[in-house]
Amino acid sequence: MIRIGALALGFFFFATVIFWSFIPGAYTHFFGEHPPKAAEKVFHLEPKDVSFSFDGPFGSWDAQQLQRGLKVYKETCAACHSLEQVSFRSLSEIGYTEAEVKAIAAEFTVPGVNPDTGEAEGRPGLPTDKFPSPYANDIAAAAANNNAIPPDLSLMPKARKGGAPYIYSLLTGYQDPPAELLQKYPEAKPGPGLNYNPYFKNLNIAMVAPLTVDGQVTYDDGTEATVDQMAKDVSAFLSWTAEPTMIERKRTGFWWIGFLIFATILAYLSKKQVWSSIKGKD
Amino acid sequence: MSFPWAKQYEPANDFTKFLDEKLPLPRFVYNAVGAGYPVPRNLNYFWNFGVLAGFCLVLQIITGVVLAMHYAADATVAFDKVEHIMRDVNYGWLMRYAHANGASFFFMVIYLHIFRGFFYSSYKAPREMIWLLGVTIFLLMMATAFMGYVLPWGQMSFWGAKVITGLFGAIPLVGEPLQIWLLGGYAPDDAALNRFFSLHFLLPFVIAGVVILHIWALHIPGSSNPTGVEIKSESDTVPFHPYYTAKDGFGLGVFLILFSIVVFYLPTMLGHAENYIPANPLSTPALIVPEWYFYPFYAILRAFTIDVTIPFTGIVLIKAQLLGVIAMFASILIWFFLPWLDKSPVRSGHYRPLFRKFFYVFLLCMAILFVCGGAPAYEPYIMLSQIATAYYFLHFLVILPIVSSIEQPKELPFSITEAVLGKDDKSVLDKPAAAKA
Repeated sequence: MIRIGALALGFFFFATVIFWSFIPGAYTHFFGEHPPKAAEKVFHLEPKDVSFSFDGPFGSWDAQQLQRGLKVYKETCAACHSLEQVSFRSLSEIGYTEAEVKAIAAEFTVPGVNPDTGEAEGRPGLPTDKFPSPYANDIAAAAANNNAIPPDLSLMPKARKGGAPYIYSLLTGYQDPPAELLQKYPEAKPGPGLNYNPYFKNLNIAMVAPLTVDGQVTYDDGTEATVDQMAKDVSAFLSWTAEPTMIERKRTGFWWIGFLIFATILAYLSKKQVWSSIKGKD
Repeated sequence: MSFPWAKQYEPANDFTKFLDEKLPLPRFVYNAVGAGYPVPRNLNYFWNFGVLAGFCLVLQIITGVVLAMHYAADATVAFDKVEHIMRDVNYGWLMRYAHANGASFFFMVIYLHIFRGFFYSSYKAPREMIWLLGVTIFLLMMATAFMGYVLPWGQMSFWGAKVITGLFGAIPLVGEPLQIWLLGGYAPDDAALNRFFSLHFLLPFVIAGVVILHIWALHIPGSSNPTGVEIKSESDTVPFHPYYTAKDGFGLGVFLILFSIVVFYLPTMLGHAENYIPANPLSTPALIVPEWYFYPFYAILRAFTIDVTIPFTGIVLIKAQLLGVIAMFASILIWFFLPWLDKSPVRSGHYRPLFRKFFYVFLLCMAILFVCGGAPAYEPYIMLSQIATAYYFLHFLVILPIVSSIEQPKELPFSITEAVLGKDDKSVLDKPAAAKA
């Protein structure tokens, strides 16, 4: 009975598909002309090929680079972007002493309460605080930035396809729109308040180029602060903020998987040993 | 049930004797996964996935309970709580990555387990109940996984929840009130997040309960095997322990190595970057897709693009969206009827030449659905998923019943022992034809 019902249902599906295929216009969308390719399909570029010290299974943080990246963040990005998931105390992981962490935290003003009057007011940051947002709220952020809210940067390399190389490419990818684009896709011309960047998903990004001249930041360790160097350093720093436990994870994995391989070889040998007693016997 | 030659549990000391009298738990374990459970001697590595699935369930429950200690189901803090686990909780990153990727590996294992069942017809009598309980477990797993993916409250969590609960809105008349009732509002928010968290915590234990029934039902007829021939005598079997505990131990090692490579070196490979952006009801992601393990069913859902109308009148009988929802649920519910759709007396695909060919076409069909489910909704993916969806139902409803009635199966071995050794001299039931002559 079930089989008869099943056959009937199966033929019903079959008949429906056949019926649909005779509806005029059912296939025109398939064989018809495809819509012309949009500008962002043609001009979008994949992230540049750039390597970092933390790449690969045996990578590690370059503490000097992360400290340089922090400086770039503080002096350039922090004007508009928050780093809300990162607490100042965690900076000790990239080589700062307790006193230095306190000093860095104190450079920022965090929302607080006046201990005498109870009124809201800013106070200097403490190591237990997180990097504060430069804006009081989203409305203030949107109002100050032509309605484009600057996103929080804590997780950027994980929240965008392409990771750290994408951040680096975006920061160094600002350029004038190519003549071909303006000619073929006049509508794709960056509108007011937008900037052309082929690494951005729709080519037009609201953020103006943040790193424009060499020496914009003065590095404490004497490294020459070229635009390329600054972009690389801040991408590395943001990779650390996105996943401070990345290197611990890779190191733990190395020993754990090594142990597993050893244990699995033992398991294989014991399996062979156990089964040898009945192999070929009834 | 057990076979007459099954070894009996003998308590070794006073304590186990005491326990055996009052609460025979050691005896129970001994008969379930110990030396007291005779298992066919010819199981191949496809039979490892049941134990692996059980391991995954335990792993998910342990990591999940730890994560729940540090999480809060509140739409304003849920995203930050997950980051708190990643940064501040000791080995929180390990717990979270193991849990998130554990779900993916659980589904990989389950799909291999199910497709093992398809190929070797593990669903056939006398094992129908094991199969029915197994499909139930799969449905519960899908619900649990879906609700778990909502908890981090990222962009894909929010929009995935919106799309999937939106499916219920397609039901005529009661759809919209039902959707609002399920979500506790017009869109996913605190109410939805809280109930999803509650159910996501509950359902794994329901799954564990059904798994116990699944294993209980398995122990009535005993395990099937790659020849599909039932056990005839003692030489067809080996005790589960130490033979299959050893084999499963090796399988578990290989599984853990693959799993650990992903957890420690590629932990975000199977997820979506968008889910590291906090949920924002005002910004729709360019492409909303579920986790990879739902792709085939998501493709079936989206394959329906034309309303069913009365020809030439334009009166809509069934909306395309509703048809998609029905088809998606039907595509899994149809598995419940499998034991009665495939009536071939032969179980194993090794002895069914015609069935085997269609089985491989079916695998191809699933692969196409998988690719289409993760692809954006434009051509040629729509057309491909429509053809594959039609074939999916054709396979179960038309091809399987017809094949099982017209097929000439190959000759089966007399017994498992004969299949392994080429002879079977000790059979207690009947002698192989060659031995009789």
